Order: sequence, then C-alpha cells, then structure tokens
Amino acid sequence: MTAPSNGTTGSDVMVRSEQVHKSFGLVPVLNGIDLTVRHGEVFCLVGPSGSGKSTFLRCINHLEKINAGRLYVDGQLVGYRQKGDKLYEMKEREVAFQRRDIGMVFQRFNLFPHMTALENVMEAPIQVKGERKADARARAEEMLTRVGLADRMRNYPAQLSGGQQQRVAIARALAMEPKLMLFDEPTSALDPELVGEVLDVMRGLAEEGMTMIVVTHEMGFAREVGDSLVFMDGGVVVESGHPREVLTNPRHERTQAFLSKVL
Amino acid sequence: MSDENRDEVPGPNDAGRDPGRAPHTTAAPGSLPPEAIRAVPVRHYGRWAGAVVVLALLGLLVLAFAGADIEWSVVGTYLDHETIIRGALNTLWITLLAMLLGVGLGTLLAIMRLSGNPVLSAVAYGYIWFFRGTPVLVQLFLWFNLALIFPVLDLGFWSEDMNKVMTPFMAALLGLGLNEAAYMAEISRAGIQSVDRGQTEAAQALGMSGNRTMRRIVLPQAMRVIIPPTGNEFINMLKTSSLAYAIQYNELFLAGRTISSRTLAVMEMLVVVSVWYLLLTTIFSVGQYYLERHFARGTDHTPPPTPLQRLRRQLTSFRVRPDLPTPAGGGTGDAGTDNDGGDATARRDGGKG
Repeated sequence: MTAPSNGTTGSDVMVRSEQVHKSFGLVPVLNGIDLTVRHGEVFCLVGPSGSGKSTFLRCINHLEKINAGRLYVDGQLVGYRQKGDKLYEMKEREVAFQRRDIGMVFQRFNLFPHMTALENVMEAPIQVKGERKADARARAEEMLTRVGLADRMRNYPAQLSGGQQQRVAIARALAMEPKLMLFDEPTSALDPELVGEVLDVMRGLAEEGMTMIVVTHEMGFAREVGDSLVFMDGGVVVESGHPREVLTNPRHERTQAFLSKVL
Repeated sequence: MSDENRDEVPGPNDAGRDPGRAPHTTAAPGSLPPEAIRAVPVRHYGRWAGAVVVLALLGLLVLAFAGADIEWSVVGTYLDHETIIRGALNTLWITLLAMLLGVGLGTLLAIMRLSGNPVLSAVAYGYIWFFRGTPVLVQLFLWFNLALIFPVLDLGFWSEDMNKVMTPFMAALLGLGLNEAAYMAEISRAGIQSVDRGQTEAAQALGMSGNRTMRRIVLPQAMRVIIPPTGNEFINMLKTSSLAYAIQYNELFLAGRTISSRTLAVMEMLVVVSVWYLLLTTIFSVGQYYLERHFARGTDHTPPPTPLQRLRRQLTSFRVRPDLPTPAGGGTGDAGTDNDGGDATARRDGGKG
C-alpha cells in the first residue's frame, strides 16, 4: 500500500500504524488505519461493536496478523523483519520476545484458573524472563499490593470477584514491566459497581506515565484520563483528537450518532 | 394387593393429619409468625415393595450359591497363593507400563493431530484409525508373532533375534500400550480443545512460547477433563490385560488358569481371580477420586471433604465431646441451671448419634 518507512520517526512515538488493513477471510475488518501513539500517552479507542477497534488492538501485539500496511511498536516492525524491500515473517520465538514488552488486559480477564492470584502474576517472569522464584514472588506481591489485592494473593481466580480478577490481570501484565499496555474493553464484563475499582487502577497507571491504549465504552474515563481519542467505525478512523473535544464537540455525523446513544 | 393398599392409605394419613392440623388452626387467629410446617410425609409404598422383591431375589441367589458345588475352602486357600499374587503383581505392572506408554504416546498423538503440520496431523489420524479399528487381541498376536516376518531386529548399531526381544511381556506391553495410545489420543485431544482460547492468548500476550503455553497453561487445565476418562481407561486396562494370557504373559488370569488346570478347581480359581480384579479396580477407583480432586483446584471454592477427612473430623469431634460439659456450662451459665442440664443431655444425645 504505502512505501515502507523506517518507523523510527520521532523517538517519542510508541506505536505507529500506517494504512493497516486486516480481513477475516473475505470480510474486511480494518480498512487502512493511520494513527500515532506517543510515549506516556493514554490513547482511547471508541466506536460501535464490529468497528474493528479490538481487532486493531490485537494486531499491535500480533495476536492477529495484518494483511497490509505497517505497524511499529517503539520503532520496531511488529511480527516481521525487513531486509531491503523484503519482509520476513518472524519466528514464533521472536514474536514472543516482542510481546514481552507489551502488556495486555482482556475483556474476560483470562486469568489462569489453576493458579492462585500470586502464581498468575509470577508465572511469566519465571517462565519467560527466567527470573528467580524469590524475586518473582517479591515483585508479584508488590504488584498485587499496588492493585489493592494484598489480602487476596492466595486466592484462586474463581474465588475473586470480576473486579478483583481484572486487577490481578493488570498486575500480571505489569509484572513483565511492559513499556506499553493494551486494554481490550477491560470493564465490559464487570458488574457496574465493580467498574470503578478497575478504572481507579488504570488511572493510577496513567498518572505514573504508562503508555496505554484503551478500547473502552467508558466515556467518562476517556474524558478524564485520556490524552487522545479515536473514534472508529467500519474499520476506519472517523475522527480523532483530544477526548474532551471529540466527546463534547463531535464533528462527524457518525460520531455524533454513536455518542448520542452512549452518553 | 394394590386395592387393599389404597384402602389402607387414608387410615394412617388421617391419623397423621389430625395432630398436624390442630396447632395450625390455633395459630391462625394470632399475629404470631407462622408455625413451621408439620405435614405427613409422602409414603413411598412402591419403594418398600421394590426393596422387598430385590432382597428376596438376593436371598435366593445366596441360597443357590450356598448349595452350589463349589468348594469355598479352596477359594480361601488359593486367595493368597504365591502364583496368584505373582500374577496380580504382573497384572498391575503391565497395566502401569501400558498406561504410561498409552498416556505418553496418546498426548503426543493428540498434539500432533492438533498441530498445523498436515503430515503430522494425518499420521496421527492414521495411527488412531488403525489401532482403534482392530481388536486388542489381534494386535497382541501381531506383536507376539512378529518374528515370523522379521526374524531379526536390526537397529543398525544393535541387532538381536526377534524371538528374544518379543517376549510375552514385550508383546503384551506393546499390544496393550499402543492400542491404549489411540484411545488416549482422542481423550487428550478433547481435553486440550476444552481449554478456552483466551488462555492461550493470555499466555502468548505475556510472551510465552507455544511449547511453554501448552505445558504450563493448557495441559494442566486439560487434565481436569482428561483425568476422569483416563481413570476409566486405567480400570479397563486392569481387566483388558487379562487378554495377554493368550500370548503366555503370566498375569493374574493365566495364573488362575495354571492352577485350575492342575487342581481342576475351575470355578474356584475364577472366583479367586475375580476377587483380585475387584480389589485392584477398587484401589484405583479411590486413587482416581483423589487425583480428580487435585486437578479440580481453582474450579471450586472449597472442595468437599474427602471421606477420610469426614471420618477424621467425626472421630476428633467425638473425642472432644467428653470435655464439652465445661465450655457448655460456661456458655449457658447466664440462662440458669435448668437449661444447663437440658443442654448437656442434648449434647450427649448428639454424641451417641
């Protein structure tokens, strides 16, 4: 589609997406996404279901392969190596290595049910980074304390509420010390009264300067915490800007129609 | 018979209803909380009749066996006979090894079938097709007679007369184990596929490799689905291994046959062998129960106590009882001495029950 660029333009760019296309079989899902996420930014993706926002998020850590375009994280092409004009698919191990630095939080938590909260958080540092068990435990305890679950470490996920499970999931991602966090509708599966505790943890992360890309329906959170907001529909970016601006003064009809239903 | 019964029904029912109705009518006028329901329970006459019939039939069976031409003393003598015990140990040994082979190879086949490599997947499917599609007995004989077509086993660096390699033990192990692998492959595949895709994605997102994800995340969860049918396979294997008697592997059933061919106590030895098979399967059923509990961790809030834990709890609470009067006296002290006495008797009743 576009001429391959080196992607390292501007050292403060965390994620750069250039004309990213993705289709599932014959169904196009992403039709040319262009956007830039800067270091330390809280970047919100909103839009109706089926607009491709979750798919785009999953492309960033290569859980989905893109069909066209270029996607860079911290200046590095995601999932491919470029030599001259040729692209080489990365080996599984290389992809895994790239994912180490990108934390992801899922809508349905996806905690490992056969491990306690503490074991969930310790698993990746030990298995992926080869950390010593004692070190991993110490940091896991620190992370769980940070998300307010110091007294729940020995519990299995099934013994925790949805909000607690999601906070464990956040601690699990943070234990890998990522430079970028992806949130895929982190509060959509929660009871309304549990949404706040998860958003509080995310707000704290944002204040500490974590770069976050958040797919969300929580417009309040986007307005308060977000630095940028993109409204997607039909696999394209319809409108983008500062959250307060887009949410209060949407210029596009489709944005207006969507916001009138959501707000 | 049933008509008589129906006539009798109103009798006890009416008698029962009267005392129940009386307190209710007296309670109605007042605004006190409603009294607990004290209804006459439904009588299950059918159950009683069924129990009587079945017990009668069982009695007849016992009577028949008591008069049967079977020498129970012979059964007793051979129950712990050296030959029988060695046979039982061999049965246990071949079962363990064949299951080990079956589980290991089966898991490998399952992973092959689910892999993206079409050759591996097709080979695994072909294996399952062949070994599930032919009888175990035939497979046992195939291995046992392998020397007929391959007189010498030549591995390049090592060769040996096939007849020396393919002992009854080896043929039994391969016949039973390779057959089992086909079934275990299907069981493992179902278990692996039962694990939510989100688990793999979460592990991948953390930077875990495919192998590690399988070993640390998917397989432990698949175990919960795999263990119960595997336990059944194990118990099946204990019994199926008796087929190895046909290729002269000296397991429990062959041991029984050996003795009965000498002593002509055919039925007696079959009883002895059955007792041993029952003993072995019972032991493994218990083991299966504990294994399932282990792999169910994280799925239930607190697993129910095991029968052993329940028994121990009962025993300890029983042992504590003699000390009870003291704390009971202290607790109800403010309620007066009369109540104290009442409490103590209530406790004593509970202790007996």
